[in-house]
Amino acid sequence: MTPAIELSGIHKSFGSVHAVRGVSLRIDKGAITGIVGENGAGKSTLMSILYGLYRADSGEIRVDGRTVAMESPHDAIAQGIGMVHQHFMLVDTFTVLENLVLGAEGGPLLAGGLAAARAELARLAREYGLSVNPDARVADLSVGEQQRVEILKVLFRGARILILDEPSAVLTPQETDQLFRILATLKERGVTVVLITHKLREIMAATDHVYVMRQGEIVADRPTIDTSPEELAELMVGRKVLLQLDKSASRPGEVLLRAEHLTLIDDRGVRLLDDVGLELRAGEIVGIAGVSGNGQSELLQILSGIRAPTSGRLTVCGRAIDASQPCDPAEMRNLRLAHVPEDRLRQGMVAAFQAAETAILGYQEKPPYCRHYLLDGPAVGAHCATLMERFDVRPRAPGLRSSSFSGGNQQKLVLAREMAREPRVLLVGQPTRGVDIGAIEFIHREVVKSRDQGCAVLVVSVELEEILSLADRILVMFAGRIMGEVPAGRADERTLGLMMAGAQQPAPSEAEGL
Amino acid sequence: MSAPRRPLPAWAEIAVLPVLNIALAFVTVGIIVRIIGVDLFHALRLLVVGAIGSSESIGYTLYYATNFTFTGLAVAVAFHAGLFNIGGEGQAYIGGLGCGLAILALDRFLPAWLMIPLAIVAAALFGAAWAAVPAWLQAWRGSHIVITTIMFNFVASALMVYLMVNVLIAPGSMTPQSRNFTASGKLPSVHDVLAAVGIPVAPSALNLSIVLAVVCCIAVWVFLWHTPWGYALRTMGHNPEAAIYAGTNLKHMTMLAMCLSGALAGFVGVNELMGVHHRIVLDFPAGYGFAGIAVALMGRSHPLGIVLAALLFGALQQGGAELAFEIPTITREMVVVIQGLIILFSGALMHLPRPWLQWLMALFASPRSRGEVPAQRAEGS
Repeated sequence: MTPAIELSGIHKSFGSVHAVRGVSLRIDKGAITGIVGENGAGKSTLMSILYGLYRADSGEIRVDGRTVAMESPHDAIAQGIGMVHQHFMLVDTFTVLENLVLGAEGGPLLAGGLAAARAELARLAREYGLSVNPDARVADLSVGEQQRVEILKVLFRGARILILDEPSAVLTPQETDQLFRILATLKERGVTVVLITHKLREIMAATDHVYVMRQGEIVADRPTIDTSPEELAELMVGRKVLLQLDKSASRPGEVLLRAEHLTLIDDRGVRLLDDVGLELRAGEIVGIAGVSGNGQSELLQILSGIRAPTSGRLTVCGRAIDASQPCDPAEMRNLRLAHVPEDRLRQGMVAAFQAAETAILGYQEKPPYCRHYLLDGPAVGAHCATLMERFDVRPRAPGLRSSSFSGGNQQKLVLAREMAREPRVLLVGQPTRGVDIGAIEFIHREVVKSRDQGCAVLVVSVELEEILSLADRILVMFAGRIMGEVPAGRADERTLGLMMAGAQQPAPSEAEGL
Repeated sequence: MSAPRRPLPAWAEIAVLPVLNIALAFVTVGIIVRIIGVDLFHALRLLVVGAIGSSESIGYTLYYATNFTFTGLAVAVAFHAGLFNIGGEGQAYIGGLGCGLAILALDRFLPAWLMIPLAIVAAALFGAAWAAVPAWLQAWRGSHIVITTIMFNFVASALMVYLMVNVLIAPGSMTPQSRNFTASGKLPSVHDVLAAVGIPVAPSALNLSIVLAVVCCIAVWVFLWHTPWGYALRTMGHNPEAAIYAGTNLKHMTMLAMCLSGALAGFVGVNELMGVHHRIVLDFPAGYGFAGIAVALMGRSHPLGIVLAALLFGALQQGGAELAFEIPTITREMVVVIQGLIILFSGALMHLPRPWLQWLMALFASPRSRGEVPAQRAEGS
């Protein structure tokens, strides 16, 4: 059978960077093919070439056995190739139907196009089991449903080959499973799917065949049933990787952070946090699991002093904080509370600053970076160089713009900055979001190391696997409340998943019996 | 689509791009001058000679450049904080008022060495105060600073007319001017100072404000890039969320940035009133506040770039005046058109030649040239 897509000898350079080096691969018709690799391995560049966003320097693209020139996404769409991007390209205030016809309105008057689209949408929903209310506003849909709209949009344009770029980045485990069911249905109906990801679980669960990319090259291809996550991880990174974190039992000490009845109500009267209480002891890692958007971000903001709670009390290293005695992030730092924010690009660093400048963010008024009211340039540079050495940030260039580093290296730099001053309390939001496997291993080890040195660590993550492997105790958040606490030893993905969806914690006696 | 856009190296960004912008502006000027029937090279020669042909013209060029430096720095400081201060005009006006009031009140009692610093401080305080109101409105009430600073220009202008006509007008005078400052309220002119040390130069409006301008450039540079507050200010400008995360109070930082900006703009009053007019007059800011926006844009908001841009604007102001004087078909308005074109090309159309330059650089770049971009950048997943 002719493959749906065949690439041969694709090369692509950006200036001096050789991003894709002689890649050849074939994607079978009616199958799900995975392309896996670390951030920066060239996966997205390769797919952008296939989708016509970039032009290859050399090489050939064949669709259904015919050589085609991909000059722009229009050519790709004409060939029946559609792409679902990592970040959704939807207009929030439009309905599903209006989003669907965007760019394919079918005439100067919308009514005709909309009616035709409604009929087509009904057909697609029947054929592929993708049901969405056509008149719902996109803003009112859940993230999983929004992704479904993205897929429908691509199918609506007549795509027979679907490229998904890191589709699960924003989904819960349950939503991800749902997505895979959709992909399986699509496959049954003869649609070809290409799945780009760096998550091994997804490759194993969803694909028929997998290509592994490293540094711009295909280093392996395997039928999925013949490989294992361990082998894929090793191929991606180029060395043995420990997927299971190896850590000793925790020895909790004194309580360093205590939150009591924290409640946060925003301007519109929405209860973002509802009577949240937790304790954080020296020498333990507490994990907060939950679907993104259930109050974890707000909790981190309050604990780090960025936002004040509407009511409730907080005690950090002996200092009482409430509405009458607020505490800003600078003072929190003085209490030796460090915070690795969830979104490093938006909060944790300044993209336009040099790495050395980012490495003192929040500590700019402290010696040795600041002496006699002046910043000490050499000291700041030397500090950054030390951090880079200790946390293996690459390239080791304190003078380089922060935005020029890869996600993993940015995260290591932020983590290094926050850990450098040996905090007593460490808050970490999404420690490994957008970070590749090699760096995940390193970051997890560093977090455990600081726990072993007596630091009280709070980890907030939407990656259940990460919480399970890092935390000593797990709290689950849903709709601004803490649904319950599970000791790490007794937690499993199913129970936590149910709690994340709002189910009450099983009764203690029952949990005891497990 | 096919050619990837690589960022330009810093030297091209700072040096080549602005020169290209100016060159484009002059080509356009050339076409217009041609249309009205003037020999371009003759006009250009007059312009250059008028700006830097004699010690007198150099003096005037530097005097104008001093004003442009103050307002350019004012816009730049606010700009680094992510604030667009369009109120330089009003802040210069009120800064001048502060300077003048201090002198009118004290020049009969204080010696020059005390009067001059006091008047400079008064100019800074008044300029800062005039900027502080929009800053406060932005920080606490959320009123957009672009709107409020523009409105404050009009308020300043109306206030000054009222004060000059009704309050500060010299007794018996027909024109709205204050009384003349006494000797201790006058800033020495550069030709007097140079003559005192035996260097004769032609008299011009250039006064010791230029020293203040140089000090301000250095101070702004040190403040922005070598103090923790400048660091926090730039953090706010680039990424307010990161600034909050770092513990910076954005309200206070907005106040600080705008007050500094207003103080710098206020120094135009020092140059004009204490340096040249030696009394309070109307309309002395004469568009310097607005031109400061172009100066800051062209100078890439860096003190060194601002000095260069201010010199260019000063030269155009002075050379343009000569040009209008020598060639009758080139009117004052024509000179304004020329300045406007330069502002247009180095401001609004600043990025126009960038793709051409990138294309040229890619053409000449050797394959092994050191990439500024590390390997990880190639993929943005």
